[in-house]
Amino acid sequence: MLKRLVTSREAILLGAIVVLLGLIATRFPAFVAPANLANVFNDTSPLILLALGQMVVILTKCIDLSVAANLALSGMVVSMLNVVAPGVPVPVILVVAVGLGTLMGMFNGLLVWKVSIPPIVVTLGTMTIYRGIIFLISNGKWVNSHEMSPAFKAFPRAAFLGLPVLSWIAIFAVIAFFVLMTRTTLGRAFYAVGGHPHAAVYAGINVGRTQFWAYTLSGALAGLTGYLWVSRYAVAYVDIAGGFELTVVAACVIGGISIAGGLGSVGGALLGALFLGVVSNALPVINVSPFWQLAISGGAIIIAVAFNAQANRTKGRVILKSAEHAA
Amino acid sequence: MIYQTHAEAEDVSPPIPILALDGITKTFPGVKALSDVSLSLYPGQVTALVGENGAGKSTVVKILTGIYQPTEGRILADGTETRFPTAQDAADAGITAIHQETVLFDELSVAENIFLGHAPRNRFGLIDWAAMARMSREILDGIGAEIDPGAKLRDLGIANKHLVAIARALSIDARVVIMDEPTAALSHKEIQELYELVEQLKGQGKAILFISHKFDEIFRIADNYTVFRDGQFVGEGKIADVTNDALVKLMVGREVANIFPARPPGRGDVVLEVENYNHPTEFADIGFCLRSGEILGFYGLVGAGRSEAMQALFGITRASGGTIRIDGQEVTIRATADAANNGIVYVPEDRGKQGAIIAMPIFQNITLPSLSRTSHNGFIRLAEEFKLARDFTERLDLRAASLDTKVESLSGGNQQKVVIAKWLATMPKIIILDEPTKGIDIGSKAAVHEFMAELAAEGLAIIMVSSEIPEVLGMSDRIIVMREGRIVAEVAHDDMTPETLVRHAAGIT
Repeated sequence: MLKRLVTSREAILLGAIVVLLGLIATRFPAFVAPANLANVFNDTSPLILLALGQMVVILTKCIDLSVAANLALSGMVVSMLNVVAPGVPVPVILVVAVGLGTLMGMFNGLLVWKVSIPPIVVTLGTMTIYRGIIFLISNGKWVNSHEMSPAFKAFPRAAFLGLPVLSWIAIFAVIAFFVLMTRTTLGRAFYAVGGHPHAAVYAGINVGRTQFWAYTLSGALAGLTGYLWVSRYAVAYVDIAGGFELTVVAACVIGGISIAGGLGSVGGALLGALFLGVVSNALPVINVSPFWQLAISGGAIIIAVAFNAQANRTKGRVILKSAEHAA
Repeated sequence: MIYQTHAEAEDVSPPIPILALDGITKTFPGVKALSDVSLSLYPGQVTALVGENGAGKSTVVKILTGIYQPTEGRILADGTETRFPTAQDAADAGITAIHQETVLFDELSVAENIFLGHAPRNRFGLIDWAAMARMSREILDGIGAEIDPGAKLRDLGIANKHLVAIARALSIDARVVIMDEPTAALSHKEIQELYELVEQLKGQGKAILFISHKFDEIFRIADNYTVFRDGQFVGEGKIADVTNDALVKLMVGREVANIFPARPPGRGDVVLEVENYNHPTEFADIGFCLRSGEILGFYGLVGAGRSEAMQALFGITRASGGTIRIDGQEVTIRATADAANNGIVYVPEDRGKQGAIIAMPIFQNITLPSLSRTSHNGFIRLAEEFKLARDFTERLDLRAASLDTKVESLSGGNQQKVVIAKWLATMPKIIILDEPTKGIDIGSKAAVHEFMAELAAEGLAIIMVSSEIPEVLGMSDRIIVMREGRIVAEVAHDDMTPETLVRHAAGIT
């Protein structure tokens, strides 16, 4: 199992992160102190959660551009709920956030499955719709820190065994998704559908329904992250996490999840997110301008995609050979 | 001097071919597609290229049109050696082809499709749309096609698309026209118009290479014939000097002895009965029964509706009517899951497209349709899964470093074994093998045949769709021949000869 998890691509990415940390350590040794690394991980946790959901969607040859909007809407709804009814306990808030996110994910999934609209169009549309709804329900107003109840804000920060709950949620999600992807029939179906939709049909897998479940999972994680996000930053407004969907997709691509579907792993998504997390946390510390931060992320994406393309090229040759046999 | 002149006159008497292949060999990794073949095309004459599926006809077309490069041998244009490094070079040399599968653009107009790449230009160097429409109209009228040049290709039916492909081939001022199964998608009336067109082209002194499985067409319009078998040249001559029978013999004539496993005929109980099975467009009146332990061959030309009927039985497409009984019980098959639950599996022809998921490891491919058996509440039991996969890879003698190996790194033969193992692992009663050995090497073929015999001996009922005559003859207990979506003959074991099959399949009376 371990051998399969650490396939070469993940190992290379892990190496890249270690090298990056090493380089940063030469300028700013405190960055690699365990406590700071834990902070970086905590900071990256929302990205990890979203990247896990996005990974499943991309594996099935789809894409979910609505995750950030879903996050923002779920976050706004629970914030307003908290303002109206400060006594509602956190577990209920969590259920509401996850439930709402799940519904939004299901809506995406249904449009892809039953109406056969291309995934990029569906989620580009719902991305705008979800953002629009935030404006409608909030009238464009912010929910600020002082309006939120202390318990609402404390949850993600509460320390447990030395780590904040936010970090624990990300760790738990990584483990759960690892089990999902490697040990369940649904996880297998995600790979089969993305790897080869035709063959999946022949094997009795419903391609559309599998994609629907992928969106549902992605939506659920976006909803969960929505609550964690607004409570952690103690603010909710129309534009929170604006453009974050692209960071999420970038994390997946850097993590070796093939945009063509069927290839990728939980480890890859995790490392891709961590890579971006390290870059965005370290560069300001060592006085690198935000412009370079973008350039480095962009460079990493292109290198990762070039790497994928290279891997796929050998695959292409093999297919061609068998095609020629048949000629 | 006088003697020499005389000799020259003798030499010239057969016209120099416009285009000729001389001693052409084409090898692909592991496979020799053509071995030392020759072919001559003369001006104003139609040469029919005849051969079974897999004889190498399509490879020849690809060499003539610059898509493939010959491994050995010469291409001669007007007697001088030449090469076609790219498709454009072949087109520049005046060679145009109407391919079996038309390569056209759905979102472009008919006229744009016809003139793509060589559109008429106006004096500013821009596309002259009016001229293009007019010229398209002329060409289409010339072949009797009532198609609006401005229509989007996507809005045309399959037959009209084919006519557009023909018009495209004619829009290039060609000296050599290659027609690869040009009538496959056409109606009777359109075929008649195509014949007239061929006559016109002959009159213009063009050389035509006509590839067809239909003997009536060959005898109707060809002047010469060339026969290939298994990638080798076996004969050529004038159509006027040959009979139907002689041509069939040339095409199939070979020993079918002893390379297939000997096995007793299957005489088990009837497991599958199909009656009056219909589809709106693909097949009609399909009826047959299948016994356990039996191998039932389905022979026919490509496009005879065999795979389509089998796919309906497997629930990939929906039949419009008919009865299916399994072990005497009537069943309904609406989806692949229904078929699998009733013990039917289908191993598709195109492994690349429909078979294995090449980015997945071997064991995951094998267990994919059987996961419900090795899982509990949606959680996979890995140990059981591995055991299932190992059982079947061992039975099939599949050699790989580990079951964790991705299928993409396996050879074609081993990939085929993965697909077969995948379906056997579902423990079926009836297994449908569609072209089980297409495109795999001889050694793997023998292994697959051996294994089919074993399965039949264990009581599995097998339907084998195959276009390879030796395979059909060597493996089947009975053979059903299909043509144009219908069953035209059921050939009992004792009556099976290559000639019977070809006659029924090609509709020779």
